[in-house]
Amino acid sequence: MWRPLSATTQTLRTVLISASLMLLQTLVQAQDLLPVPALTGQLIDQTTTLTAADKTALNTQLSSMAQQRGSQVVVLIVASTGIEPIADYANRVANTWKIGRKGVGDGVLLLAAIQDRKVRIEVARNLEGAIPDVTAKRIIREAIAPAFQQGRYAQGLDAALHRIDERLAAEKLPVPSAQTDGTGVNGDTGFSLDDLLPIVMTGVFVGVFLRRMMGGFGSGLAAVGTVFVAWNAGLALLFAGGAGIAVLLLSAIFGAVGGIGGGRGNYRGYGGGIPFPSGSGGFGGGGGGGFSSGGGGDFGGGGASGDW
Amino acid sequence: MSNRYTQLLAKLLATAAIAVSSLGLTGCGYNDMVGKDEGVKSAWAEILNQYQRRADLIPNIVNTVKGEANFEQETLTKVIEARSKATSIQATPELANNPEALAKFSKAQGEVSSALSRLLVVTENYPNLKANQGFQDLRAQLEGTENRIGIARKRYIDAVKDYNVSVRSFPQNLVAMVVGFKEKPSLTVENEAAIKVAPTVDFNKKP
Repeated sequence: MWRPLSATTQTLRTVLISASLMLLQTLVQAQDLLPVPALTGQLIDQTTTLTAADKTALNTQLSSMAQQRGSQVVVLIVASTGIEPIADYANRVANTWKIGRKGVGDGVLLLAAIQDRKVRIEVARNLEGAIPDVTAKRIIREAIAPAFQQGRYAQGLDAALHRIDERLAAEKLPVPSAQTDGTGVNGDTGFSLDDLLPIVMTGVFVGVFLRRMMGGFGSGLAAVGTVFVAWNAGLALLFAGGAGIAVLLLSAIFGAVGGIGGGRGNYRGYGGGIPFPSGSGGFGGGGGGGFSSGGGGDFGGGGASGDW
Repeated sequence: MSNRYTQLLAKLLATAAIAVSSLGLTGCGYNDMVGKDEGVKSAWAEILNQYQRRADLIPNIVNTVKGEANFEQETLTKVIEARSKATSIQATPELANNPEALAKFSKAQGEVSSALSRLLVVTENYPNLKANQGFQDLRAQLEGTENRIGIARKRYIDAVKDYNVSVRSFPQNLVAMVVGFKEKPSLTVENEAAIKVAPTVDFNKKP
């Protein structure tokens, strides 16, 4: 009796082992590369390069840029980019953060690796016209490098931000709309209405079947199940509830057409299939104050690197 | 009594089978593969776009460097040869589905990368070029293009991997077989290594 089972167990074990090996490999690979820091603000200094006064001044400059232009410019200062070339690290960080307004995609990352003596301006695709590679290179060569050579990091960054701001001002970017832009990250639940169809279809199948077995209660059960499935799949409660109601009605109709379990049509008694408190939707409310990524930036390698 | 239960069970199983198959086909099977196939296509188009951009830049660079007296002819010739070899390969979307043609194309482009990086290293010895603003701008563009090529290739590899996993894993592979979604060749690591040489060249190295 255990023979066939043990074969299955063996297969399962093989699968588990290979899966854990793959996981291990990913972990080792990830270990080689530096982690992407959390986006805690528009200025992140992982070193002790800037003084508190520098930080205040630069933060003021950055937030005024964000308010006037709407574009999201972030300055990141690290000690080193590790084994990665600065261009690769900058691209990885920028694409993880996705800085830039949603739908506009206007993000810029200014990255300085102090120990490596390397700097990079990483420009989102949609800003490659406003800040072409040549311009980014010139900003590094003319504004950043001379100041950094003398250890005047804050001045170098300040000058570079001014130059970037000039370019953003010259570009006809959409006007920032009263701060709310940046927080719309969670609007996309990653679940499209296309995915709803199979769930509803399945729900109706099950509903018709259950209805034949136990009448209206079966339809209700299927409807509740559908709401659960749809909700778990990441759909807003409103749509999940709608799917439940659709299942309830359709399974009632199809069940009645089938005619077998006829006469037990009191499904309405079991409610609309939304037994959940409909207050908290599936949205994790946008950040309260502070800086958050607009989530619109796509970085394809635009910008320039340099050293000092 | 038990007969009724078996009947019920059979019904339940049949319903579940229909439900699962409909879910598989419309939900996460076919549409998913179509989306990933399109993802691969657009990633490929981006690679071609960046290679083209580089091919367009090379004549400008060559002409600027030519103006420099006594410039090493050999490195210059190598760049020109590598470029003409790479552009002689017709880069059609179908090329991406043919492993040998893809490898050949990728190798030719990799040779352009290494020829260019050698050229840029050599230009370091010519102070006039270092002071030439026009050349420095061309260089920044070339550096940016090489970087974009690296990223486009990485994205292509990811897209192909994503697509292949989807085409080969269990429920979808049946659909893929029927509809004709085949596994696609990816860019190889050797090519990747050859191409990665270019971005690591330090264009602004101080003497």
